[in-house]
Amino acid sequence: MVSGIFHTSYESDMALRRTPAQKIRLALFILFILVFPFFASRYTLTLANQVAIATIGAIGLNILTGYTGQISLGQGGFMAVGAYTAGLVTVRLGLPWWLSIIIASLVTAAVGALFGIPSLRLKGLYLAIATLAAQEIILWVVTHWKALTGGVEALVVPDPMLFGIRINSDFNFYWLAWGLVGITALMTVNLFRTHYGRAFIAIRDQDIAAEVMGINLFRYKLLAFALSSFFVGLSGALIAHYRSIVTWERFTIDVSVLYLAMIIIGGLGSVSGSLFGATFMTLLPAVLNNLGRSLRGVFPQITSIMPFIQQATFGLVIILFLILEPEGIKKLWEDIKDYFRLWPFSY
Amino acid sequence: MDLFIQLTLTGLTNGAILSLAALGFVLIYKSSDVINFAQGEFLLIGAYVLFSMIVQFHLPWTIGLVITLLVAVAIGVLVERLVLRPLIGEPIISVIMATIGLSSLLRAIVSTIWGNQPRAFPPFIPSKPVHILGATVGADRLWAIGIAVLMLVLFNLFFTRSKEGIAMRAVADDQQAAMSMGISVKRIFAWAWSIAAVTAAIGGALVANIVGVGPELAGFGLRVFPVVILGGLDSIPGAIIGGLIIGLLEAYVGGYIGMGLNQVISFVVLIIILMVRPYGLFGQEIIERV
Repeated sequence: MVSGIFHTSYESDMALRRTPAQKIRLALFILFILVFPFFASRYTLTLANQVAIATIGAIGLNILTGYTGQISLGQGGFMAVGAYTAGLVTVRLGLPWWLSIIIASLVTAAVGALFGIPSLRLKGLYLAIATLAAQEIILWVVTHWKALTGGVEALVVPDPMLFGIRINSDFNFYWLAWGLVGITALMTVNLFRTHYGRAFIAIRDQDIAAEVMGINLFRYKLLAFALSSFFVGLSGALIAHYRSIVTWERFTIDVSVLYLAMIIIGGLGSVSGSLFGATFMTLLPAVLNNLGRSLRGVFPQITSIMPFIQQATFGLVIILFLILEPEGIKKLWEDIKDYFRLWPFSY
Repeated sequence: MDLFIQLTLTGLTNGAILSLAALGFVLIYKSSDVINFAQGEFLLIGAYVLFSMIVQFHLPWTIGLVITLLVAVAIGVLVERLVLRPLIGEPIISVIMATIGLSSLLRAIVSTIWGNQPRAFPPFIPSKPVHILGATVGADRLWAIGIAVLMLVLFNLFFTRSKEGIAMRAVADDQQAAMSMGISVKRIFAWAWSIAAVTAAIGGALVANIVGVGPELAGFGLRVFPVVILGGLDSIPGAIIGGLIIGLLEAYVGGYIGMGLNQVISFVVLIIILMVRPYGLFGQEIIERV
């Protein structure tokens, strides 16, 4: 009979997966990810790829907002930096796609650190407003620097090739995207077992106390911005190569809001929460669309108001989660696990 | 010189509208420390309700305006009761996110009712051109300046003379102390939200009169940020003067430099202000800082 999870050694407390059940669940999840593409239709594969890209972006934002407590409304702008850098170095310099992804991530990390400088003086809603300005400024530069980005016109990126295989078909891209999700997740989980990650969490919980404990706020906040933007840029670069087309409309303030919604609904300060949130927010419009299509016979006018229904649901879901379960899907999942672990004495 | 006067007039009038949008924003922040990302949507709703009253129900604009303001009060109270009150005491990111969700929800509702097409607004304020020092400006734009100034005076009186206004300032200063003085904090929040919705509705009606109604009106929600940061987040005069300065700046940059720089200049100013003087021109010098 178990009454909870208790650790008797530091090794077991520090372990990545702490219980046999966790190990089994992870193994099952990885097995599912490996088997899934062989049975999935093209449409579901596309969705799975979108989920993968969104998960990487959400983990990136979660490092900054969830773990370090720096609210950022600049996600869309940073993704734009990643996507345009990846596209431009491939088109203009003719570099291979994998190198362009690495360069894009590094460039985005640098830009992120630059816009992270105001965070040294500001926090809370002032920082949110500053990053909102960053978003607007980056997008303005993208749409107005015609010589470099082509302005408002779409940037066409050549297909990524590896040993004569086109990577951005739905099936092939799946392996790249989910492989990178695995790497990103592993790196992030491990990051928060190092002293860097712990410093981030300390800054979130009480910045002044953190500074008293000898954490250099200047360095660690910029580091958080850079690390977060690295993954955000990675996600933007993946979008560029997957879609073969980069347009500024894909990186507006709505994207920043969408990603914030992902990590809040999924669970702040959690890698699995990022995955939950990214999956939920990516599948929600698709599910609504299919629902609308099947109801078309009963309500013919539903197709014309579908965009509004999606928008309203988006807003409603955010508000309901904030009011009913502020800790997000991750908490719901923990509650379910606790219920079964402690059954029948759940108190 | 003609260009200068023309740009000044355009800037002042655009700025006055920005000020009106900023007023409600500042009011909510001042009393409840909430940043309202749905302010642009309040503007939108005000404009559309008045549009319906005049065009679809053929009411004279005075009665239409009164009904619009009542609707705005109702929406303000509802929003406060249903969305903001459960979030009292939650971290700031939750509150920001809730108002963002609210803006998405409200915009969807507006689009479902009125569609997504911009429409011409039956002018209820005459828009015939007026000549000042060789420059031309629509009379409705001058009205916007007048109304902004009037609102400034009214709000100042409200905050210094009326019991509710003083209570609101007390709540903004210290909620617990205000409660122990017998002030109902919940009622004050409801007041703040409905007044904010009313000013936004007036602003929306004015903008609609000048440029017509359409979903783009919600864009004012984001353009308000440079204004309130420049003026100071908790300062009513700051909202007005910040609005005028930003309006002038955008007009001058657009007129003399061009290249679409006027769309982004206010956000550059915003970053600079945040770095140098985060509490703005007139704000209280209390700021979260590390």
